[in-house]
Amino acid sequence: MSDTFFYAAEVMLNGLMAGVMYSLVALGFVLIFKASGIFNYAQGVLALFAALTLVGLQEGQVPFSHVINAVFGTNLHHFGWTLPSVVAIALTALVMVGMAIVIERYVLKHLVNQEPIILFMATIGLAYFLEGLGDVMWGSDIKKLDVGLPQGISETIETVTYNLFGYGFFIDKLDIVAALVATALVITLTLFSQYTKYGRALRAVADDHQAALSVGISLRFIWVLVWSIAGFVALVAGIMWGSKSGVQFSLSLIALKALPVLMLGGFTSIPGAIVGGLIIGMGEKLFEFAIGPMIGGATENWFAYVLALIFLVFRPQGLFGEKIIERV
Amino acid sequence: MNMQNPEGYTTADGRQIGGVLMEMKNITLRFGGVNAITGITFDIREGEIRAIIGPNGAGKSSMLNVISGFYVPQEGEVWFRGAKRPPMKPYQVANQGIARTFQNIALFEGMSVLDNIMTGRLTQMKTGLLAQAIWWGRAQAEEIAHREKVEKVIDFLEIQHIRKTPVGRLPYGLKKRVELARALAAEPKLLLLDEPMAGMNVEEKEDMSRFILDVNDEFGTTIALIEHDMGVVMDLSDRVVVMDYGKKIGDGTPDEVRNNQAVIDAYLGVSHD
Repeated sequence: MSDTFFYAAEVMLNGLMAGVMYSLVALGFVLIFKASGIFNYAQGVLALFAALTLVGLQEGQVPFSHVINAVFGTNLHHFGWTLPSVVAIALTALVMVGMAIVIERYVLKHLVNQEPIILFMATIGLAYFLEGLGDVMWGSDIKKLDVGLPQGISETIETVTYNLFGYGFFIDKLDIVAALVATALVITLTLFSQYTKYGRALRAVADDHQAALSVGISLRFIWVLVWSIAGFVALVAGIMWGSKSGVQFSLSLIALKALPVLMLGGFTSIPGAIVGGLIIGMGEKLFEFAIGPMIGGATENWFAYVLALIFLVFRPQGLFGEKIIERV
Repeated sequence: MNMQNPEGYTTADGRQIGGVLMEMKNITLRFGGVNAITGITFDIREGEIRAIIGPNGAGKSSMLNVISGFYVPQEGEVWFRGAKRPPMKPYQVANQGIARTFQNIALFEGMSVLDNIMTGRLTQMKTGLLAQAIWWGRAQAEEIAHREKVEKVIDFLEIQHIRKTPVGRLPYGLKKRVELARALAAEPKLLLLDEPMAGMNVEEKEDMSRFILDVNDEFGTTIALIEHDMGVVMDLSDRVVVMDYGKKIGDGTPDEVRNNQAVIDAYLGVSHD
């Protein structure tokens, strides 16, 4: 078989791997949207904040050091210790839970029974607030995140595929890890939601608030729970994206890439987020490969949005979303 | 029959009714300037079937919502099991052992019948979040124990054949029954039924009446229900509260209520000549 075929296959595979990264972000959106009907604009910033906190904790950075130094004339920057990755990740997860509690207490609680657009606006506010908080706490410089995940091209795969097909596939090890982590995450989330009482409560709230109250479910607890889980998913996404391209402000913009994924997969479906991410990832890489050179390239910037637009016209609920039928 | 006896009374069909389970004292509920309920007092005895009736807009559903914590009255006290109840959220009321159904069925449409009824067990499940995550085995054992209780309720209400069906696909009458099953699964001390027979045909009404009587008989569950169908109410209930324009106009056995002039006027209208 020709090299072009293998090259296309390699492009497709890499696209799928990139798609997994999109899915990771989209997953956080789906969780919150499903449970509360809120489109959480701040999901991308949550990922950025989680990654910043992780790096900060790992390197023993003093939080708010700029402010403290400016006010007290000190010169603090590091505590002088470093934390093992596992400990830092666990601590960051705790910070995300704490953040969920604060968000429920000071934002969501006061907006109960408001229109979805109001809650959406609140999450925009939240996004900017968190962005600023992240800056003030940990500084705005670009940071390198290394939690010990394997990086670089996998030589094993290259050798094996070369021996098999006479063509060596270039696959990033980090992408493989991301795919594995995403799979594990989805399986865990599914088990949690299908087989635990909290998962059942979560599904109940997603379905009908009033009925959920009547069977003894505290909505406030569920909000904290679902934002904690979304925070945890954001942490995972933050680790993956941070390891790939460094922790910096632009990390929060991956949320924009999750949007077409959601339109494709449907806002309420976890499998939809995964499949949507894979299609977008693969689609944009293949499109760039096949059509890109003919129209001057750089198609990856807009391909996902055009695809989403086409979907909006023909299947507005997405591939896996629930069909919206209003009975009159 | 002395129904004011604090120790309880014996019904016409020979059932022993216990002491006061829930007491509403001088409840007043306002929406803006409108009084939905004005100064209503009544009690619900342990083991009885208590009905609240009245014409449209009488405030019956509001009363049920006060009992289940969905509305907080501006005035008055709610006493449950001998203690005054502080203002509570609906989920806290549910955790106290008060389960309810809704006039316009509030089920989890996307979930199966079984899952819906399992949510009724949430108030009885004690394992915490972390424990569920860590001791997966124990969480599973608990799940199985609760599943057994749920299967009993399913058998009792004769809905075995639809247990795996998503609720959204069921016909109206069965949905009502599933909602009753979910409330029953909580093993409530007080079961509130908001128009359990609204919109049903005669056959479905008969089924539902039978289930309500059986629940009361078999589990000794105290039931408070709202119903429009006078015939059904009179057959089912031990005592009836009659409401009109947010006020209590009658309270007593079905026979007493039937012969109460104020009740007759409210239902049939009164000529002003």
